Amino acid sequence: MWIRKLGGAALAAIGAIGMSTAAVAAEPVRIGAFLSATGPASFLGEPEKKTLEMYVERLNKDGGVLGRKIELVVYDDGGAPDKAATFAKRLIQNDGVDIIIGGSTTGTSMAAIKVVEPAGVPFISLAGGIDIIEPVKKWVFKTPHTDRMAAEKVFADMKKRGLTKIAMISEDAGFGKSGHAQSLKVAPSYGVEIVADETYSPKDPDVTAQLTKIKNTAGVQAVFNFGFGQGPAVVTKNYKQLGFSVPLYQSHGVASKDFIKLAGDAAEGVRLPAAGQVVAEQLPATDPQKPVVMAFKKDYETAFKSDVSTFAGHAYDGLQMALAAIKRANSTDKAKVRDEIEKTSGYVGTGGLVSMSADDHMGLTLSAFHMVEIQKGDWVLAD
Amino acid sequence: MFAEFLQYVFAGLTSGAIYALAGLGFAIIYNASHVINFAQGEFIMIGGMSTATMVAAGIPLPVAAAAAVLVTMLVGVALEKFAVEPAKGADVTAIVIITIGASIFLRGAAQVVWDKEFHALPAFSGETPIAVLGATLMPQSVWVVGVSMAVIALLWWFFNRTLFGKAMLATSFNRLAAQLVGIGVKKVLMVSFALSAMLGAVGGIVVTPITFTNYEAGIMLGLKGFSAAVLGGLGNGLGAIVGGLVVGIAEALASGYLSSAYKDAIAFVIILLVLFFMPSGLFGKKGTDRV
Amino acid sequence: MNAAMMLAPRTGGLAALALVVSLAPLTFPNAYFYDVAVNALFNAVVCVGLNLLVGYGGQISLGHAGFFALGAYGSAILTGTYGVPPVAALAASAAAVGALAFVVGRPILRLKGHYLAMATLGIGIIIHIVLKTESQVTGGPDGIGVDAFTVLGLAVAGDKAWYWVGAGLLVFAVWISLNLIDSPMGRALRAVHGSEVGAEVVGVDTGRYKVLVFTLSAVFASVVGSLFAHKNGFITPDIGSFFRSIELVTMVVLGGMASTFGAVVGAVILTLLPQLLASFEDYEAMVLGGIMMGTMIFMPKGLLPSLRAALKRRRAAA
Repeated sequence: MWIRKLGGAALAAIGAIGMSTAAVAAEPVRIGAFLSATGPASFLGEPEKKTLEMYVERLNKDGGVLGRKIELVVYDDGGAPDKAATFAKRLIQNDGVDIIIGGSTTGTSMAAIKVVEPAGVPFISLAGGIDIIEPVKKWVFKTPHTDRMAAEKVFADMKKRGLTKIAMISEDAGFGKSGHAQSLKVAPSYGVEIVADETYSPKDPDVTAQLTKIKNTAGVQAVFNFGFGQGPAVVTKNYKQLGFSVPLYQSHGVASKDFIKLAGDAAEGVRLPAAGQVVAEQLPATDPQKPVVMAFKKDYETAFKSDVSTFAGHAYDGLQMALAAIKRANSTDKAKVRDEIEKTSGYVGTGGLVSMSADDHMGLTLSAFHMVEIQKGDWVLAD
Repeated sequence: MFAEFLQYVFAGLTSGAIYALAGLGFAIIYNASHVINFAQGEFIMIGGMSTATMVAAGIPLPVAAAAAVLVTMLVGVALEKFAVEPAKGADVTAIVIITIGASIFLRGAAQVVWDKEFHALPAFSGETPIAVLGATLMPQSVWVVGVSMAVIALLWWFFNRTLFGKAMLATSFNRLAAQLVGIGVKKVLMVSFALSAMLGAVGGIVVTPITFTNYEAGIMLGLKGFSAAVLGGLGNGLGAIVGGLVVGIAEALASGYLSSAYKDAIAFVIILLVLFFMPSGLFGKKGTDRV
Repeated sequence: MNAAMMLAPRTGGLAALALVVSLAPLTFPNAYFYDVAVNALFNAVVCVGLNLLVGYGGQISLGHAGFFALGAYGSAILTGTYGVPPVAALAASAAAVGALAFVVGRPILRLKGHYLAMATLGIGIIIHIVLKTESQVTGGPDGIGVDAFTVLGLAVAGDKAWYWVGAGLLVFAVWISLNLIDSPMGRALRAVHGSEVGAEVVGVDTGRYKVLVFTLSAVFASVVGSLFAHKNGFITPDIGSFFRSIELVTMVVLGGMASTFGAVVGAVILTLLPQLLASFEDYEAMVLGGIMMGTMIFMPKGLLPSLRAALKRRRAAA
């Protein structure tokens, strides 16, 4: 008989966890988040989680929103999409959240969409993949730029510099794969031809073999690396080792100081598209983004003693847009909040100027990206 | 053409030396106890992480490296003392689960003790590439290969020229007989974990300038090390080294000449083929089951 | 009825299981609990199959998640891209996975111990890499959407419906497993586990039995994979990763090797554990690793057999 007892005990334990969250009084505004705080995408999820926690705590000190406290429920999906789907369900069914922010990666976001769409809960994703918002899904929004925009920005810069024959080297995991596919799609419209195309695994200790192949391809005028984590730093170091003379472009996936720290001197001269956040100080005073990114940078860096990244900014933008929508809707009614998020217009965030519409659930334009070059271990605006 | 080939070989040697060190760690513990220690990769991670954080805190590299090796060896001994030894007599699969549990535990501990970010170490002797016959080699790769060779030579001396080393070898051949002639099997077990941890730590320290490290860095290296050890023939130190180099070079040549997307798959296909024809790996003892 | 008797197969174990799975939903307050329960049931079915191989046959496999993923992707692609009815897609995937397992089974199962572990691990990883790389067909690392599961125009929709599918499947799988163990094939398998050479000497074609049970466990994994794909509506190659394979073996060993109900218990516990530990945040990995080590150190035979032995001892003492 003890199978039943054991099962019963386990279920009772889950029940107790469920109860403890349900027992909070005075109907707070509940914000749910599932993030990849551990696992291969932890450098996205960890700052996102810290950012959400910091601002929710601060907002609660200032009296919350609509006169109600804000309650934040965060789960760590470890980067696993099936876990993300289960946690999304838990947030909706068990924790009764009013809105969900999260999905550090495209895979976890896509898995959660299968849960949030039928449930009808507003969902703001923090991942880059264009599939999240294209085709438009009623309840789904996202804050970061898409990988397609990153590719467009890079190719536009190449075109400006007269580089038309290029090689790609991309990571064979989600971010790099998707970025690679989008790059192939948009390259022709910028007159860029991809003459060599290589991949590597995120944890490869050495990619000189792939780069040698690229180096031996005739006519390569530039190399474009799509990936995040330590991979691009390995690529950059190996690139220098092999003595390439053509410029190296990286994606927005490396737009954090960690990349420069890891790649060291080899990062000199690398170009990449990045949000205004990383070049906060260099933005002209007239830029409407300047005060926002400067303030966020100060908040984050004083709280956590580490350099701010654009990823933390995605979470900040998501939270701000969600709260603004709740304020405008003057309730947490899910349909009303959804409508208000869609009406977001002229929001100045860390990612750029956001104006959404019924057929654009991201609301950023290419101008949100700046081309930056790494010089003397720091970002320098290059456009 | 030749320069290209040489470049692939250099790439393969760098990765291969790392895999070989990891594989050797598997082999030593396997010899002493017939345990496959799936936490071997975590030794590499702990070695790299402790050195990187200590150097970042301003401690000179040699001091930091020595301290890191010591810390890792302590972890290795603790693992043996508190997880492997109490489970003696357990089924092989049970011990596999224990060491996998240990690797998850150590990873979890690392993200609490340190953080989830990547850490780098400066290269030991600069970053000016060395040109060899049209191909280039980083000084750090020379360090990796050189230190690996030095450690391997040291181990050879230990196992063949010291009394205790010989006792360990004897235990691996016949545990009961070793016990009968008065060799402390418990001590042998503990020393084997300490040695493997040391190997892992040294490997972790020399590769961190190349690959960087974070709390999850041990997973991939552990897996590749296991592959190297099995390919070479379990319990054969030389086999593990050759296995590591074969896997590393096969990967590099595959990404150079075939497809970089399938290089890992190609490495595993090679391992499978070898096992189909040589079921005990390249240098494994032919198994004779006692009935 | 006393507990030890209840758990003995054929004397009510199956009935007890049926009772537990039919009454468990009474304790579920909302759909999320159903979702977790379905995952637990699905894992349990895979583990019952895997236990035949690992527990009874004594052959380790570190690549079973690969078969699970092949079943899932087979169904996703056949229904999504080619419009094959889900039931037919499930059957076709299972047949293909079974054929694959049968073909690779022969050379692989000649290997022993850690060499076998390496070979199965390699196969799992190769499958994972192919699913990741062939993005034209599989959607790549970011995954692929899967349509609802329909039988004769009726869709299995919602977590409650899936719960009953999973529950029925588990009872069926346990029934197959219990019968198989008592069949000539089961006895041959146990002989292989005990001593392969001994079994051969008395005329058991060990190779054939090992390949058959390997194939059977792969088919179990494939069928569950197909259902999982339809239930989740979205899959990524990571369902076939090395970690998933390890997780599956851990479930079997933790619950108790060579114990069908042990495999079920192990699967249920390890599916619930991450949900229970979700509030531990950064300490989750340490707690999980600690539990794995602790269980194996103090109950090396796994939870269920160890507890059963303890019960027996207590009864003997009384």
